[in-house]
Amino acid sequence: MQFGIFTVGDVTTDPTTGAAPTEHDRIKSMVAIARKAEEVGLDVFASGEHHNPPFVPSSPTTMLGYIAAQTSRLILSTSTTLITTNDPVKIAEDFAMLQHLAEGRVDLMLGRGNTGPVYPWFGQDIRKGIELAVENYHLLRRLWREDVVDWTGEFRTPLQGFTSVPRPLAGVPPFVWHGSIRSPQIAEQAAFYGDGFFANHIFWPTEHFVRLVGYYRQRFAHYGHGTPEQAIVGLGGQVFMRENSQDAVREFRPYFDNAPVYGHGPSLEEFTEQTPLTVGSPQQVIDKTLAFREQFGDYQRQLFLMDHAGLPLKTVLEQLDLLGGEVVPVLRRELDALRPANVPDGPTHEALVAASLAGAGTELETSTR
Amino acid sequence: MTPRTIAVVSSGLSQPSSTRLLADQLAAAAVRARPAGTQIVTIELRDLAHDIVNNLLTGFPSPALRDAIGQVVRADGLIAVTPLYSGSYNGLFKSFFDVLDPEVLAGQPVLIAATGGTARHSLALEHAIRPLFSYLRALTVPTAVFAATGDWGSTGDAGDALTARIERAGAELAELVDQRQPAAEADPYASATPFDQLLRGS
Repeated sequence: MQFGIFTVGDVTTDPTTGAAPTEHDRIKSMVAIARKAEEVGLDVFASGEHHNPPFVPSSPTTMLGYIAAQTSRLILSTSTTLITTNDPVKIAEDFAMLQHLAEGRVDLMLGRGNTGPVYPWFGQDIRKGIELAVENYHLLRRLWREDVVDWTGEFRTPLQGFTSVPRPLAGVPPFVWHGSIRSPQIAEQAAFYGDGFFANHIFWPTEHFVRLVGYYRQRFAHYGHGTPEQAIVGLGGQVFMRENSQDAVREFRPYFDNAPVYGHGPSLEEFTEQTPLTVGSPQQVIDKTLAFREQFGDYQRQLFLMDHAGLPLKTVLEQLDLLGGEVVPVLRRELDALRPANVPDGPTHEALVAASLAGAGTELETSTR
Repeated sequence: MTPRTIAVVSSGLSQPSSTRLLADQLAAAAVRARPAGTQIVTIELRDLAHDIVNNLLTGFPSPALRDAIGQVVRADGLIAVTPLYSGSYNGLFKSFFDVLDPEVLAGQPVLIAATGGTARHSLALEHAIRPLFSYLRALTVPTAVFAATGDWGSTGDAGDALTARIERAGAELAELVDQRQPAAEADPYASATPFDQLLRGS
């Protein structure tokens, strides 16, 4: 089981002080947060990708490459990489390069993006979102798996005799997650290739995502990658902790009330009841996260959103101390003990290389050509 | 006759509300027109006002709003009644229909009605409310019912006219409800396209 954090990279004024970080402050904070994640024993740091204010991370592999140089164990990932509006050739190149620099500590989560204007800004049509995700990803897979690619599609200029460089580290492409909030087609895509499916359920009620994940598991088995229980599932989460739960509620409420996305809407109490948000003691976070397993089955990766809504860096680092010190060790012990032996652990480059050497990956690869 | 459900949505804001009064009379008229097995479920949007705004902000409904939406979407017919504000439906009425998923009202028989101060506003039903349901691809019945404040105290021609209109509209809705196949909720998972088809499409 892998635990980590994912960041949206928003530049938000702290509602309690009126202090607004600069873009530079925020970028350096994200790096500090990633380093802290490794220091407190987390496994994964994932950055969002955005192309409009108030967000800073437009160039995730640049940031992740820098973080790779300052860490030694942390898996660097995304949440999400836009498969619709990025050129799949550039994704193939950027992430292969990052893989080499980070000695394989890299995977990525693909998403379609939910900011309408990004499509026209990058020359695409939002009404073709699903088709773009399907075609671009199929090309991306081929670029990583075939040394020379001839290709023609609907959305990009054709390729003749093209070799994407550098080739993936040890010939094994990064593991891919597909993130979706509501599209069965994306769950279908993840299932078809035997890739991971990440349900970022932090802003929506759980029961909706239980169906989506259940569908992915069933289709994963349908396409012959294993049993439904062996499908690779990741979940989001959002927490704010203090030793005393009343302190957590008091301190977090102004950030909640003014947060981007859900601020000025439901009360903190309604939102914690209806979504995975937990504001309280480390024990409450442990209890709520353990309930995810009962709702979604054994899963492989849990990412928490910790650093949005204008929370100061100091507070976020304290939160990571609590997460790494008190919460994750218990969750890791409990969830690893509950997971049956035939359900895979979270994906790593080493495991994929070992599987590739053992030939276990062969059938999967050829079936998707 | 097959048992059918008619949902009544009322967006009156005062309590008691003349909009609700009109809604109840329309529901009763529809029941009279198809006496066997018509169930009425009534949704007062006022009770869900905060939930509707929260849905606009967060993108998902609270459990109470989700239940109400489910009742409307699953119903075999809909009676939608709003007070007229600034020459059109009130904001609460529009907001409720704004948070529904696309297509969920397509083909649903709908009786539209409104209340207002004077009969001068009655054509708002035709220039604002009927187009809203046309956009949603619902099937509005020909008779729309407007009740001005004065109609509630009228005797003779004016009062009889409102009563007659309510009966006619109720009967028109009942007829469409009878003709329609029982509603089935769309299942996005049952209809999901297999991936090889998605891939071939690209």
